[in-house]
Amino acid sequence: MRIFDPHIHMTSRTTDDYRAMAANGVQAVVEPAFWLGQPRTNPGSFADYFDSLIGWEPYRAAQFGIRHHATLALNPKEANDPRCRGVLDLLPRYLDKDGVVAVGEIGYDSMTPAEDEAFAAQLALAISYELPALVHTPHRDKAAGTRRTLDVVAESGIEPGRVAVDHLNEVTVGLVRDSGCWMGFSIYPETKMSPPRMVEIIKAYGTERILVNSAADWGHSDPLLTVETGKALLAAGFTADDVDRVLWRNPVEFYGQSGRLDLSETTPGATFAGSSIARGGS
Amino acid sequence: MTLDDLRAALAAVPGREWLDDALARVRTDPDTAGPLFARAERKLGREPLAGDGAWTAGRAARALLLAELADPQRIVTLYQQGDAAERLAVLAALPLLDIGDAGVPLLQDALRTNDARLVAAALGPYAAHLDAATWRQGVVKCVFMGIPLSAVDRLDDRADQELAGMLSALAQERAAAGRRMPDDATALLNRLTVADTSRKQA
Ligand SMILES: [Zn+2]
Repeated sequence: MRIFDPHIHMTSRTTDDYRAMAANGVQAVVEPAFWLGQPRTNPGSFADYFDSLIGWEPYRAAQFGIRHHATLALNPKEANDPRCRGVLDLLPRYLDKDGVVAVGEIGYDSMTPAEDEAFAAQLALAISYELPALVHTPHRDKAAGTRRTLDVVAESGIEPGRVAVDHLNEVTVGLVRDSGCWMGFSIYPETKMSPPRMVEIIKAYGTERILVNSAADWGHSDPLLTVETGKALLAAGFTADDVDRVLWRNPVEFYGQSGRLDLSETTPGATFAGSSIARGGS
Repeated sequence: MTLDDLRAALAAVPGREWLDDALARVRTDPDTAGPLFARAERKLGREPLAGDGAWTAGRAARALLLAELADPQRIVTLYQQGDAAERLAVLAALPLLDIGDAGVPLLQDALRTNDARLVAAALGPYAAHLDAATWRQGVVKCVFMGIPLSAVDRLDDRADQELAGMLSALAQERAAAGRRMPDDATALLNRLTVADTSRKQA
């Protein structure tokens, strides 16, 4: 089983996690920029964080044979702090970097006017830098938040196939499927989504446009829950090819739209639709 | 490698037109350099250039952009705002650029990191501009990090008895911990010890 975790915050994880992930088949990860628990108070803190996501962290991952790419953005929580608004001016130069495969995590936390503004501005950046967008959905008031999210995505003019709407559950998956966006699921030890529930969702909705991630970070989370979900799918009768599609080819297809995904150092065969993914190109 | 060698090696690569256009844009408007420098590697690719495995097409293109820019402050900024590959390209280009001592803080920055690629790149030919104390620390850091000492330019010319003292202290610590010194470090220490003995006998 080869695994591409399309959403994991490795900055918060230890080398033991990298070792365990590699031993269990995780060969590639995407680390979205998000908040760090302790709120930041100025754009400089973000610059250092972004530098780490395109500098030190990919180097650290490579020590364990794991390819690391990033998505960068001002997250919705910190978009509410006026001291952090300058991050939007920093983003353009970062969105040109080779290791950046999407704009994200953007979206809503508390659905404030400041979040509206940051969300729309960053969808526009995704369009102008020809990058996909990774959209976080709020944990509180999720159904309403997801509907509003999809409205903003539609208004922005970005192609739905270039947007992943994440942290979905049984209540919100249908809305996102009908929108044409990709459906992201964060598998957590207790909350959000579990491997058995994920199996039921894939039974009901199929494997197309589905992304499964651990979203592991500094909170109670587990970077191996992608692996557990793969095992649960196999146990439920899905084929190895189904599992490969969900846990490898789907994230490769989604982030491959950036033209910047470089999987050249993963196990051979790590290609999408027969062509080697985007070392140069676009 | 000289800038002319790099130009010649890039003459026929795919993406050459993009590069010509990028060089022209940097010439007329240096403010465009940042995005062009960031994009150069995905436009030119990461294939090694004929004749020298240390240079890829993308890295060579970046070196030509820096040479076109020819402005020390802007070059420093490109390093500071670069990802790891951009920083490596600046470090590789430094000896080819007419930049005086302006790149020294970049070497110091690279030597502070824990990225073996950056540490090694900081000890190339441009390290001639580094003071002896910083250079020695860099060499010992290579030994610590397992970076082959072949990365260090003019190693034997610059290695002195102070470096020998640092290496022999490290060798003692390693021995106490039951760990080996890398062979190239042991060999360097032996050369320095022999040189010192014959100097004292003379
Ligand atoms: Zn997240």
